[in-house]
Amino acid sequence: MLCFHVCAGEIFELKAELNSDKKEKKKEAVKKVIASMTVGKDVSALFPDVVNCMQTDNLELKKLVYLYLMNYAKSQPDMAIMAVNTFVKDCEDPNPLIRALAVRTMGCIRVDKITEYLCEPLRKCLKDEDPYVRKTAAVCVAKLHDINAQLVEDQGFLDTLKDLISDSNPMVVANAVAALSEIAESHPNSNLLDLNPQSINKLLTALNECTEWGQIFILDCLANYAPRDDRESQSICERVTPRLSHANSAVVLSAVKVLMKFMEMLPKDLDYYGTLLKKLAPPLVTLLSAEPELQYVALRNINLIVQKRPEILKHEMKVFFVKYNDPIYVKLEKLDIMIRLASQANIAQVLAELKEYATEVDVDFVRKAVRAIGRCAIKVEQSAERCVSTLLDLIQTKVNYVVQEAIVVIKDIFRKYPNKYESVIATLCENLDSLDEPEARAAMIWIVGEYAERIDNADELLESFLEGFHDESTQVQLQLLTAIVKLFLKKPTETQELVQQVLSLATQDSDNPDLRDRGYIYWRLLSTDPVAAKEVVLAEKPLISEETDLIEPTLLEELICHIGTLASVYHKPPSAFVEGSRGVMHKRLPARTGSGESTESPDVGTIAGGSGTETAPSIIPSQGDLLGDLLNLDLAPPTTTGPPPPTSGMQMGGMDLLGGGLDSLMGAGFGAVPAVMPASLNAPMGGGLGDLFDLGGGVGMPLGAYIPPKTVWLPAMKAKGLEISGTFARRAGVIQMELTLTNKAMSVMTDFAIQFNRNSFGLAPAGPLQVLSPLSPNQTIEVSLPLSTVGPVMKMEPLNNLQVAVKNNIDVFYFSCQYPISMLFVEDGKMERQVFLATWKDIPNENESQFQIKDCHLNSDAASNKLQASNIFTIAKRTVEGQDMLYMSIKLSNGIWVLAELRVQTGNPNYTKSMNKSHLKLF
Amino acid sequence: MIGGLFIYNHKGEVLISRVYRDDIGRNAVDAFRVNVIHARQQVRSPVTNIARTSFFHVKRSNIWLAAVTKQNVNAAMVFEFLYKMCDVMTAYFGKISEENIKNNFVLIYELLDEILDFGYPQNSETGALKTFITQTGIKSQSKEEQSQITSQVTGQIGWRREGIKYRRNELFLDVLESVNLLMSPQGQVLSAHVSGRVVMKSYLSGMPECKFGMNDKIVIDKQGKGGATDEAGKSGGGGGKQSIAIDDCTFHQCVRLSKFDAERSISFIPPDGECELMRYRTTKDIILPFRVIPLVREVGRTKLEVKVVIKSNFKPSLLAQKIEVRIPTPLNTSGVQVICMKGKAKYKASENAIVWKIKRMAGMKESQISAEIELLPTNDKKKWARPPISMNFEVPFAPSGLKVRYLKVFEPKLNYSDHDVIKWVRYIGRSGIYETRC
Repeated sequence: MLCFHVCAGEIFELKAELNSDKKEKKKEAVKKVIASMTVGKDVSALFPDVVNCMQTDNLELKKLVYLYLMNYAKSQPDMAIMAVNTFVKDCEDPNPLIRALAVRTMGCIRVDKITEYLCEPLRKCLKDEDPYVRKTAAVCVAKLHDINAQLVEDQGFLDTLKDLISDSNPMVVANAVAALSEIAESHPNSNLLDLNPQSINKLLTALNECTEWGQIFILDCLANYAPRDDRESQSICERVTPRLSHANSAVVLSAVKVLMKFMEMLPKDLDYYGTLLKKLAPPLVTLLSAEPELQYVALRNINLIVQKRPEILKHEMKVFFVKYNDPIYVKLEKLDIMIRLASQANIAQVLAELKEYATEVDVDFVRKAVRAIGRCAIKVEQSAERCVSTLLDLIQTKVNYVVQEAIVVIKDIFRKYPNKYESVIATLCENLDSLDEPEARAAMIWIVGEYAERIDNADELLESFLEGFHDESTQVQLQLLTAIVKLFLKKPTETQELVQQVLSLATQDSDNPDLRDRGYIYWRLLSTDPVAAKEVVLAEKPLISEETDLIEPTLLEELICHIGTLASVYHKPPSAFVEGSRGVMHKRLPARTGSGESTESPDVGTIAGGSGTETAPSIIPSQGDLLGDLLNLDLAPPTTTGPPPPTSGMQMGGMDLLGGGLDSLMGAGFGAVPAVMPASLNAPMGGGLGDLFDLGGGVGMPLGAYIPPKTVWLPAMKAKGLEISGTFARRAGVIQMELTLTNKAMSVMTDFAIQFNRNSFGLAPAGPLQVLSPLSPNQTIEVSLPLSTVGPVMKMEPLNNLQVAVKNNIDVFYFSCQYPISMLFVEDGKMERQVFLATWKDIPNENESQFQIKDCHLNSDAASNKLQASNIFTIAKRTVEGQDMLYMSIKLSNGIWVLAELRVQTGNPNYTKSMNKSHLKLF
Repeated sequence: MIGGLFIYNHKGEVLISRVYRDDIGRNAVDAFRVNVIHARQQVRSPVTNIARTSFFHVKRSNIWLAAVTKQNVNAAMVFEFLYKMCDVMTAYFGKISEENIKNNFVLIYELLDEILDFGYPQNSETGALKTFITQTGIKSQSKEEQSQITSQVTGQIGWRREGIKYRRNELFLDVLESVNLLMSPQGQVLSAHVSGRVVMKSYLSGMPECKFGMNDKIVIDKQGKGGATDEAGKSGGGGGKQSIAIDDCTFHQCVRLSKFDAERSISFIPPDGECELMRYRTTKDIILPFRVIPLVREVGRTKLEVKVVIKSNFKPSLLAQKIEVRIPTPLNTSGVQVICMKGKAKYKASENAIVWKIKRMAGMKESQISAEIELLPTNDKKKWARPPISMNFEVPFAPSGLKVRYLKVFEPKLNYSDHDVIKWVRYIGRSGIYETRC
């Protein structure tokens, strides 16, 4: 609020002048007061002095005082009453202008006591002999209703107002209609505006005679009428059409509204229907020569009309061509309509124009123009090729935002005409580096993924995006995930690392639920049944529909009923931007049946929720299609996999473990750490075999399983002073969790207990946590907790993740840690040679994966020994072409066998390891 | 309906503030200032929604007029009203400027009280308003005068009062057309239309009934069937076109629209003095008075060569006036050398254009300008948008081919007939947006 304080001196001075005897001085003083009021200064302190000036025969002074009163009466209700007498007296004045002025002003003073006194004068004025007074009184009823609706009803003003519809003076009729319409809006169910053929006839007669504004009130009111049949509808249309030639655009638009609405009821084969359609076009075009603000309103409405009845303006494309000097809001709207009107007949012209626009300066406009070219391609199939070449020309301009926009629309063109324009991909790829907007990046990634088999370096391109994965917007991340999965399914051999990388980025390092969920879906899909995955992910997609931005039909119908109003400008139902009861009523187009049934009844229930929320425009052609597609998707997999057995839950779990888990797990276990493993698996689990090798080689510890060093699992800051670090070890066939507890708080800790969440390998504490003495401040103790593998199983991510809860006398703390997978290798993991051979052959090739282990300076025997210490047993050894081949077996605590082949090239520090895993059924 | 109306200066200070509805508070005044007038970006829409309040604005020179509402109002009506408001103010005190508004603020409040009641526009015809709202205070009125005022303001013929008397009954008709063109560099007409107005100045006694006729194709064809074909006037540059196809027309509120709709005859009782009788639009068979042939050649990165030829395309006996060709130049222009055959040409750096002016030019002639534009080397990546070459001119004929056939006046109560009225007709064709892309 902007409020100036008027200094006391100024007020004092004005007070003196207001009380002056001289009329001129008084008038000047009131003027000064009004001037201060205008700029927001508070001059309410002068209330009594100004009201004193009211008793005057100087009309100008009187009007000024009234203006003051209207502003301040509400803040000074007690003093406002002083003015009542003058008002009442003025209402009896012989001069009709003064009578009207009094009743007009009184209605604007929102003070209860004044409104009481208003009733009698208002009643008289409604029946005044002078039409000027009556038309003013008619509006005053609406004012009074706004202040006190009950009073208006009790006093019977509504009936008097209804009578005024039959008044001989057209302006009185128009104002009465306006007042009744407004009152009716706040009583949606009342039958206030009792429109019947007789009253309609009166309105139509008044329509010819009243002012331009009155015509608007009447037309807007007419639009709410529901004709009984097509005959009545036609006769109203016939009487409304002459309004299309009115100079006032609002009259024209309101007439268009009535016609658009009543046309619904006319049979399409009627001659008149065609005539009417033809008559609508010229006035709509004429609206475009109005001032720019009105052009804007007209264009927003034309946008609706074109969607509802495209035939009206189909030949008028040229008038929507953008002029160089049009304001930007007109330009943008014209573009929209050009796209809607684009057809095979005019596409050449439209494209030439759009290309011209794409070289303009306003960025928004240029973008929209580029987008429009794409929309034309999708809409008019014959033009697609020309559109694509136009877009390529634009890409050559290298104007950054043009290029990005072009790529976004080319993506949509691909979605509409798959496998038709791939030749342009090379050009697109050249611009990869200049893309900095998420939408363009996402579009480009989508294209690369979709056509991965035709892009030689698709993997490199996608990998380049992967580097900054976490800095990308969700849109890009999702697209990158999908694209890489597509790539993997198309070229599985070269891209396995890439897909693992993106899956782990999506599932482990992101908080975004969409991304994680999509990641898991792909991961499971890929690990369960790659064939099915291929069929699901690479299935043929439904083509996109040509109109992706149409307004949803029920909303469109409602908006057609609001032509000319704000709702049609915003393209939103009134309830979306109007407060209170006024917006609640939804309007609908009448049904074509010529029955007498009223179709105008408010249909709050028909639109979901009744609140008129805007429904998202449907992109996919129809819901039926969508359902069909979903069903197809659902039905496809069973044909290849067969119905899942009753134990599916368990089995699926097992497959997950093996497929999703072991793949990466083994990769991690044996692989050269950074190159192969998904980043997050790196740290603790990498403690598995990678380190095992290193340690084994480097320090040369001949016996005993590898134990990774302790790491901090629970920092003191997060656990009210309790710090826990720990590691896992396998000692004499028992898995041990070795914990170091440190009390960094000021008080003594007691009552320790530990619990695990369900985990992949069923790890559970084999006994209670043995902390004997209370842990005093700054004290550290070491605890060893034996673990069993018979606890409840749930797949974790990563697979070797363990969620732990530790309780003490202060609170419960949660943390998670990851155990080295080698802990789970049991001592009886040595397989019989014959069995090994048979099993190796049995295992399908898909289960095989290969890794390289770099920089490991051990010969095969030494490696074999090292590994045996960690329960990886060598079954056989072969030497082929200077390479030692070691065949090894591992058995996990849950009975899964893993078979491995280790190829050691003498003199070459790099080992190649291929692994087979088996025994799904054991699970 | 309209909840309030505010007028601001360019700084966003309120000059006029009139609130009609209880739901509009003082904070709306500030909201508009902050979000629209002081907005950092260029205004992207004439309708703004701020916190469920809608603001409609128009700008006249430095002055902002804003209408505010919280309801689903008729948006077209609000803008029409704002324009009307501007017309009314101009009719009262001339140009809409901060000074004029400040000097007339009492008058403006009085007008706003009269023409907008509870947000509903009322009679806003200046002719009627001026009978009882004046700048110099209220005249004392007799009882007859008062009732005459009220019946005029509310009446059927709100635009004319009874009892007007002239010694000489005279009327002037101006057919004013603006011809619009958008042409491709190759000379292909991308779009062309004429928007015309018939402006009537009448000094007629009593309540004269008028009938206006022109060479409207629909009317001529109808009459042609009947047998009698009027001879269309052959003067003017349009040549011998018999009739023209009017795409659409709109009329002053004095014209009986239902009669036009039924019989296509234009009959009315005109307001006293000047009024715009009708507006029309045509797109077919337009006479394009000038053709512009551009030739722009980029010579290296720092030089442009421009050659523009204009050809006049009308009867050699007619003269076009006030011809101006505007050739845009790039923003990094450092110098221009111009040679023109006729008229004067100048490079205006502030307008980024070469302006070539020719006072007069007869029909079927041709003239040429050539210019060399030196450019500063820039590393600005943004391309020059190459705005179209625009043209201004005035010709003494109607490019649409429209002819006035008659304007008949009947005043049954007074003793003058159609023959006694002195009538003048004039045709002026001006350039609207007349552009050729280069």
